[in-house]
Amino acid sequence: MNVLAYLIPISLILGGLGLVGFLYTLKSRQYDDPEGDSRRILSDKWDDHPKE
Amino acid sequence: MLSLPTIHCQACIARVEAALDAHPGIKSARVNLTLKRALIDAEPKVKAAELVTVLEKEGFEAHELDPGALNDTATRNASKDLLMRLAVAGFASMNVMLLSVAVWSGAADATRDLFHWISAAIALPAISFSAQPFFRNAWSALRAGRLSMDVPISLAIVLALVTSLWETWLSGHHAYFDAALTLTFFLLAGRWLDARARSAARSAAEELTALEVPRALRMAADGPVEVPVADLRIDDHVLIRPGARAPVDGLIIDGQSEIDRAMLTGETLPEVRGVGDPISAGEVNLTGPLTLQATAVGQETSLHRMAALVAVAESGRSRYTSLADRAAKLYAPGVHILSALAFLGWLIWSGDMRVSLNIAAAVLIITCPCALGLAVPAVTTAASGRLFGKGLLIKNATALERLAEADTVVFDKTGTLTTGKPKIINWGQLTNAQKSVAFALAEGSAHPLSRAIAGMARTENQAPADVTEIVEKPGFGTQALLDNQAVRLGRPDWIGVTPPDDSICAALDMGDGTPVLLTFTDAPRQGAAEAIAGLRAQGVDVILLSGDRAPAVASFAAGLEIEDWHAAMLPDAKARFVGKLRDEGRYVLMVGDGLNDTAALATAHVSISPAQALDAARAASDMVLLGQDLEPIADALAVARQATRRIRENFQIATLYNIVAVPLAVAGLATPLIAALAMSTSSITVSLNALRVRGRG
Repeated sequence: MNVLAYLIPISLILGGLGLVGFLYTLKSRQYDDPEGDSRRILSDKWDDHPKE
Repeated sequence: MLSLPTIHCQACIARVEAALDAHPGIKSARVNLTLKRALIDAEPKVKAAELVTVLEKEGFEAHELDPGALNDTATRNASKDLLMRLAVAGFASMNVMLLSVAVWSGAADATRDLFHWISAAIALPAISFSAQPFFRNAWSALRAGRLSMDVPISLAIVLALVTSLWETWLSGHHAYFDAALTLTFFLLAGRWLDARARSAARSAAEELTALEVPRALRMAADGPVEVPVADLRIDDHVLIRPGARAPVDGLIIDGQSEIDRAMLTGETLPEVRGVGDPISAGEVNLTGPLTLQATAVGQETSLHRMAALVAVAESGRSRYTSLADRAAKLYAPGVHILSALAFLGWLIWSGDMRVSLNIAAAVLIITCPCALGLAVPAVTTAASGRLFGKGLLIKNATALERLAEADTVVFDKTGTLTTGKPKIINWGQLTNAQKSVAFALAEGSAHPLSRAIAGMARTENQAPADVTEIVEKPGFGTQALLDNQAVRLGRPDWIGVTPPDDSICAALDMGDGTPVLLTFTDAPRQGAAEAIAGLRAQGVDVILLSGDRAPAVASFAAGLEIEDWHAAMLPDAKARFVGKLRDEGRYVLMVGDGLNDTAALATAHVSISPAQALDAARAASDMVLLGQDLEPIADALAVARQATRRIRENFQIATLYNIVAVPLAVAGLATPLIAALAMSTSSITVSLNALRVRGRG
C-alpha cells in the first residue's frame, strides 16, 4: 500500500495540470471566437504570427 | 464595431481583415466569426460609413454597431466566471470520486481515514470557491425573508461538509465529500447552461438595437454636420434626407415630402407634409429633403414617451411565476421540514447527535434539487437553441412557458403579416412602352410605390426608357422628358385622374392625354399563410387587428382566410382589445411590429415582433423574429409546448427518484454510495430527456 504515497500525489498533480491548463485557456480568451478560430487554422496566413 | 451578417468562412475572414487593414487610419481589425462582427481599432477621423462602403466593395454586407448599446462583455464575464468554478468543481469531484470508489470497494481502517482526510483537503477549498454563487444567492434570499432553490442547496452542501468532517475526525464509515462536490458540479452545469443561453439571446437582441446608430445631420452655418442624436437640442435645425428616420419631434421649416408613418399608425399609404407641419420621431421621410426645427429631443420625443408607457405596462407581466419557481416554492419548505423531522425523530429515538445529523445530511443530499436545477435550464437551452436555428430569438426567460399556454394569436397587419412594401397588381396590363417609361421614372425616386415598380420591372428585365431631365416633385411624383414630351408618374390627383375605389394607386401620364392607373397591394409576408395554418392546426384562434382602413383589411383578411378581423384600431383600442381577451381568461400571443402595437404587445400574455420592427416594439416583446419568414411562429408554439411538457416530465422523474430514495435516507440506510448513484442517475436521465427537445425536426 506504500505505493499510494506516490500515486495519489501523482494523480492529483496530473489532474491539477489539466485544470490549470483549462483555466489558462479561459483567461487568455481562447473561447471568444471558437468558430472563427476553427476556420483560421485552415489558412496559412496566420501560421507564423497568430492574429492578435 | 461593424456587424457582418454574411461572413461564413476562412476566406471571408482573410478578405475582410485585409480590406480593413489596407484602409488608411486603421490600426488593427479583427473579425469574430462566432458573433459575425469586426472589431476595429482606428484613428478618430475614420468614419464607420467609409468602412461600410469599403466592405461592400469587397462584396460583404456590413452595418455599423453602436458599442454603447452592447454590454455583452459583462454577461460574458459572468458566464466565464461560472465556467471557471465549474472546472474547479469538476476537477475536485473527479479526484474525490476516485478516492471514494476505493472506500466503497472496501478500504478500511487507516487507509479509509487517510482517503477521507485527503478528500476533505480537496473538497473544502474547492467548495468554498465553486459553490460561492449558491451561498451568495441563498444569503440574499434569506435576508429578504424568502426561500429560493439556493437555500436547500447551500444547506445541503454545508451540512454534508460539516457532518463528513465530523465523521472523518472520529474515523467514521461514511463521508459525503464526493456527494457535496458532484452536487456542486451538476448544479453549476445547470447554471452555466442557463447563463450561456441567456447571454446568447441578450447579445443578439442588443445587436439589433446597436444596429440603429443614432446619428443626425444638424444644420450649422456652413452646412449639415453629422452629430450623435444625443447631442441634439431643442430648436436645433435638423436635416432629414429621403429614406432617413426622423430622430426628433419637430416642425418642418423647409422642404416638402411624403412621410411613411407605418411604424406608428400601421397605415401603408404615405402622407404629404409641407412647411409648418409637425413630424414625430420615428417617422420615415420618403421623397424630398426636409429641415426640421426640433421641438422635443431625446427622452421627451413622442416615441420615447410611448416606450415609457410600455415599460409600465410590462411590469405587470414580470409577476408571472415560472414553473421552476412554483416547484421551488413547494419544494424548498418540504425538504427542510423533512430533514428537520428526520433529525428530530432520530435524536429522540436514539439520542445520538452524530447519527441524527448524519441522517439529516443524507436526506438533504438525496432530496437536493440537483435534477430540478438541471431540469429547467437543460430544456430551455435545448429549446431556445432549436428556435434560434429557426430564426426566433427568445429574450425573456419565462417566454417559452408563457408561449406554451397561448390559445389566441392576435396579428397586426402592416409590417407583420404584410411586408409593409407594396406590390403592383396590374403590371401585366401595361404596354411595353408604358412599362419602360414607368421604370425610368420610378428609378428616380425613393418612394415605396416607385421602388415597387422598379423592382417589378427589374425582375422582368425591362429596359428603362431613354428619358431626360428627371425631376422629383416631393409629395407629388416624378416627371421627365421623353422625346420632348413630358411624362409623369405620381399621385392620381396630381396627374388628374380619380381612382375608382380607395385602394393604393399611382398614375402614369405618357403625355398622350390618357393617363393609366397603377394599382398596388400590400403583399403578405412570406410564410404568413403557413404560419396561420400551422397555428390553427394546433388549436389556436387567429385574430387580425389593424390600424388600416376597413376595405384594405377586409380583402387582406379574406386572402389569408381570417374571419375575425378588426380595422381602424387605434393603439389604445388594440391594447384594450387584447386586455379584454385576457380578462375573458384567454392567453393571448400578440404579434406586431409598429409603435401602435407596443401597448398591445406589452398587455398580451406573450408577444413576438419581427426584427425590422421599431426598437420600442422589440423592447416590448418577449421574442424577436430574425428572418423575413413568419413560418417559425407556428413551430415556436409547437416547440414551446413540447419544452414545457419536457420540463414537467423532468420534474416527475426527479420526484420519482426522491420518492424511492428518501425513505432509504430517513431510515438511515442511505450510504454515500446510494446518494451518489441516485444523484447522478437522476441528473443524467433529466439531461437526456431535455435533449429530446433538440432532436426530431
